[in-house]
Amino acid sequence: MSDIPENLKYTRDHEWIAETDDGTAVVGITDHAQEALGDLVFVELPEMHRDVETGDVCAVVESVKAASDVYSPVAGNIAEVNLALDESPELVNADPYGEGWLFRMTPASPADLEELLDAQAYERVLAEMDD
Amino acid sequence: MSELKRTPLHAAHLKAGARMAPFAGWRMPVAYGSQIDEHHAVRRTAGMFDVSHMTIVDAAGPGAKAYLQRLLANDVARLDRRRGRFDCTALYSCMLDDRGGILDDLIVYRFAGDSYRLIVNAGTRDKDLAWLDDQVAGFNVDLTERKDLAMIAVQGPEARRVVAPLAPGEADVGALLPFTAVHAGGWMLARTGYTGEDGLEIMLPEQQAEAFWDALREHGVVPCGLGARDTLRLEAGMNLYGQDMDESVTPLECGLKWTVDFGGDRGFTGRRALEERLRAGASRVQAGLILQGRGVLRSGYPVASPAGEGVVTSGTFSPTLGRAIALARVPAGTGNPCHVFIRGRKLPVRVVKPPFVRNGSILVDLEPDD
Repeated sequence: MSDIPENLKYTRDHEWIAETDDGTAVVGITDHAQEALGDLVFVELPEMHRDVETGDVCAVVESVKAASDVYSPVAGNIAEVNLALDESPELVNADPYGEGWLFRMTPASPADLEELLDAQAYERVLAEMDD
Repeated sequence: MSELKRTPLHAAHLKAGARMAPFAGWRMPVAYGSQIDEHHAVRRTAGMFDVSHMTIVDAAGPGAKAYLQRLLANDVARLDRRRGRFDCTALYSCMLDDRGGILDDLIVYRFAGDSYRLIVNAGTRDKDLAWLDDQVAGFNVDLTERKDLAMIAVQGPEARRVVAPLAPGEADVGALLPFTAVHAGGWMLARTGYTGEDGLEIMLPEQQAEAFWDALREHGVVPCGLGARDTLRLEAGMNLYGQDMDESVTPLECGLKWTVDFGGDRGFTGRRALEERLRAGASRVQAGLILQGRGVLRSGYPVASPAGEGVVTSGTFSPTLGRAIALARVPAGTGNPCHVFIRGRKLPVRVVKPPFVRNGSILVDLEPDD
């Protein structure tokens, strides 16, 4: 069973979003996503300070098996990217909710974050996929 | 959509926590944990693959040799020469249509006398069986599909040492030469494989498969899925049917000219078409590619060089090289410099002659001086 922390927000595309005290949001892929992809060998991170709309492809995670797009969960601006993934993409497998974070963004409208799925809703998304 | 087939090792895969996926009509293990760890196990010690989905066909009878000499682009007469003290020998070959297009690639084993065994791909089973039946007219040969056999590949530098005490007593796998096999106690153990490492492909009665699999596990052999099988064969420069070759491609265009035996006047199917192409000169050839920067090469990516445009037929991340590698179909004369396009970006690749890796060693120059 994959790990779905209670304190995070989620998308149907298997991304997680952590709201932080300074108003930015950290984005990564879920435990389910990293498990489905298998060993990650390359992460293409977004350009710094790029403006993104909700649903824009802003990163690509590649495992040995497949390349998978990562979408911006909300509109905003890219504030920081996880440069450690350049050398160690496997951090996403080992610690998807921690050291394997992908990027940090400043949401254009913080209220948009409220529209995202909570842990229970994301768990239902996964359960529906199994049916 | 018909029900996916399960191999005799299905329960063993689930027990081992395999991630299962559909493959060529079968439910097969993709990986049991990290496919990169599985890959390294085969390069460094020993790994095992359930390849029971592959199709095994026995061809026996006084006309079997003549039949296979017409059916296959390589010449089964080569199997008549004993290798060492082994009279069971193996040969890799393409099976062509009249236009020289590749219907499938296969391994053919010759047993004593007039008896042969073909191992063909799972994804081409129906097409192959129909073709084999169709071509049999006029030859005195019986074809039998061996659904009663399971097949396990044990691959890696320690594979034969580990298998030796677990195989039927009279099977001396330690003494086997490459591309030879022994038959013992209803098992066939062949020193062949699809990884670029030493090892065995073992056909055995399906009822015995799970006990053998469990015994191998207890002896430290690492279960490996289709994911590792693909990265291993690609590093070894071996083609995958349906990806690096199909009916639209002849052996001349996918690096398999060496498997076609033009000796004598043997009238194998597709010969005339291949000879015409040889006279004209092949316009497309196979090349190996190594991505110079970070990223992963994937099948379908466009390739460009001063010689013209080509396409990646198989690409992956090579765990042994720590770089992305690929097999590509490119214009004859393609060399360096060369580029691929990944999501619209033009990135430099180095053109090399496969294989990339054999027997644990990197065979290509990663940091060339030029």
